[in-house]
Amino acid sequence: MNDKIDWKKYLIVFLITISLFLTAGYLSNYFSDQKINQIKLIQDNIAINILSSETQFSLLQELSCKNVSGSLLSSELDELGRKLEWGQKNLGDTEEVSYLKKYYSLLQIKDYLLMKKISQSCKVKSAFILYFYTTAENCSLCERESFVLSSLREKYPELRVYSFDYSIDLSAVKAMLQIYKIKDTELPALVLDDELLTGFHSIEDLEEGLLKSFKLQEAKPEGDTKTGS
Amino acid sequence: MSNMVLNPNIIFYVLIFFSVYVQVFFLVTFFENRRKIIVRNNKIKITKYPAVTIVVPCWNEEATVYKTVCSLLNLNYPKDKLKIFLIDDGSTDGTWNAINKFSHYPNIKLFKKENGGKYTALNLGLLHTETDFFGGLDADSFVDPESLVRIMSYFEKDPSAMAVAPSVVVYNPKNLIQNAQKAEYHMGVYMKKMLSFLGAINVTPGPLTIFRKKVFNDLGPYRHGHNTEDMEIAYRMQKNNYKIEHCNDAFVFTSTPGTIKKLYRQRLRWIYGFINNTIDYRDVLFRKKYGNFALFTLPTGIVSILAVSYLFGQIVYDLGDFLYSKIIQVRTVGWHFTAESINPDFFFLDTHSALFLVVFIYSFVIFAIIFGRKMAEGKWSFSPNIFYFLIIFRILAPFWFLKAIYNTILKRKPSWR
Repeated sequence: MNDKIDWKKYLIVFLITISLFLTAGYLSNYFSDQKINQIKLIQDNIAINILSSETQFSLLQELSCKNVSGSLLSSELDELGRKLEWGQKNLGDTEEVSYLKKYYSLLQIKDYLLMKKISQSCKVKSAFILYFYTTAENCSLCERESFVLSSLREKYPELRVYSFDYSIDLSAVKAMLQIYKIKDTELPALVLDDELLTGFHSIEDLEEGLLKSFKLQEAKPEGDTKTGS
Repeated sequence: MSNMVLNPNIIFYVLIFFSVYVQVFFLVTFFENRRKIIVRNNKIKITKYPAVTIVVPCWNEEATVYKTVCSLLNLNYPKDKLKIFLIDDGSTDGTWNAINKFSHYPNIKLFKKENGGKYTALNLGLLHTETDFFGGLDADSFVDPESLVRIMSYFEKDPSAMAVAPSVVVYNPKNLIQNAQKAEYHMGVYMKKMLSFLGAINVTPGPLTIFRKKVFNDLGPYRHGHNTEDMEIAYRMQKNNYKIEHCNDAFVFTSTPGTIKKLYRQRLRWIYGFINNTIDYRDVLFRKKYGNFALFTLPTGIVSILAVSYLFGQIVYDLGDFLYSKIIQVRTVGWHFTAESINPDFFFLDTHSALFLVVFIYSFVIFAIIFGRKMAEGKWSFSPNIFYFLIIFRILAPFWFLKAIYNTILKRKPSWR
């Protein structure tokens, strides 16, 4: 009764299914591209902001610290960081994403240098943590350290955390690794006030260091004025 | 194409591919045959009214059997051409008393036997059947008055039809679970019709499938069939190239499980039956001489079992991963709520190609339910039952699928209810 099997139909259905797959792939690509473009846009925006702040700072020197706006950048860098992290996880570790990540690392370093300069010259209460992690291998301590850092950042808005992938192929990051003598066996690694901390550090550990750093800043200006006068 | 998303999970995409393939296959079949789908709303006449025997096996069905028999007596079919056998399969409740009320009807015969399972009751009926047509009716189901004559019209039209299955729909749904099943049964009507066009039906449902008696003379009586005798006989018929038709406008209303536990047991039995009957008839699989049944129906069932199990495994894994990460977070920094989640950003919406494929599949399923309903109720409409079905079955189905696989591995047989 089943007569002959309609092979043509099996083939047509196969072709329709393939075309649905291609459509899905196309849609997915389209949205991925949109997201990549969004990341690029944010990055360009940040690059302009940093450049502008830098220029503004050079122009005004220490004349008017009031006009130097740094707090703007921080939240944008945060957002960029989160989107890049998500992108790496969900859009695949493509060339484009890793390129964006390099760019992001560079922006972070620039922001770090600029903010450090601003905070020293303008006596802004601030603290900086350089955070080195790895994605090359399963690093459960890095995961925990990230939680610590993000909750610290929420508690202390003056704290700026810059995170770098240890395995990133970027000479600027490699230079920092050399400066602070960070080895891949000691990840996660943190640099707080030029002091290297390796392995996992709890919220309490870091809080102590942070408060010390804030105190130093409060004490320092007086000392500076004394030597100056 | 530089950032073409390549998920390393090949199994996942293979399963999605087959799932889409199956749905497209149904849809193409639909567009090929849509003109042949006839829904008759009025009373019809056929030239000859062949005698039919309908067997009602009862096991502890005192609550519904009276109504079931009444629905049979209300059939728009000559009374002298309709023989009804009521078979008490060793009930321990008042079933025997309930069916005794019909003892004075000339066309009703009562039988009482020791409990041996539904297939033994059907076989007892077969043994006493003298008509050319034979059918069963579960004692928890009620037939539409026009159902039998519509079924018989298929036999009249097509002498090669050996069995004709009705459209089974949900009787009087009261709660969420039954309403979800209502949508599911509508999808079943659609799929069964499509399978009939393909000559590939794999179940001749217990409620009111009518057979030519010749089927049993040639192929032998009902078998246990892993508690799904209505599936086993369909497999046997397909193996012997006996044609099974579906009369989409013959309606049978069936009582459906009203609790998750009962639904679980019923489905466990069905899926277990599918797996084990397929194992028993594995020599049919992928053999082109057995037609679309071997190349489409059975592989579809196998793919759905694999897909449901795999997706469930993945969800459990993802959930475990998420919880593990949360636990680590809580243990590291304590409870704290981030403001990020409050402000939704389109950026973080998943746009993997799998997402779109799943959307395609769901669209096909929703179409199937809506069209099935059109065939069953004669109206185009959209009901929230579709969502109850999609959500409830999405959550529950993996449990009976996995348990059925587990039971098969252990060769443990699930009980009837």
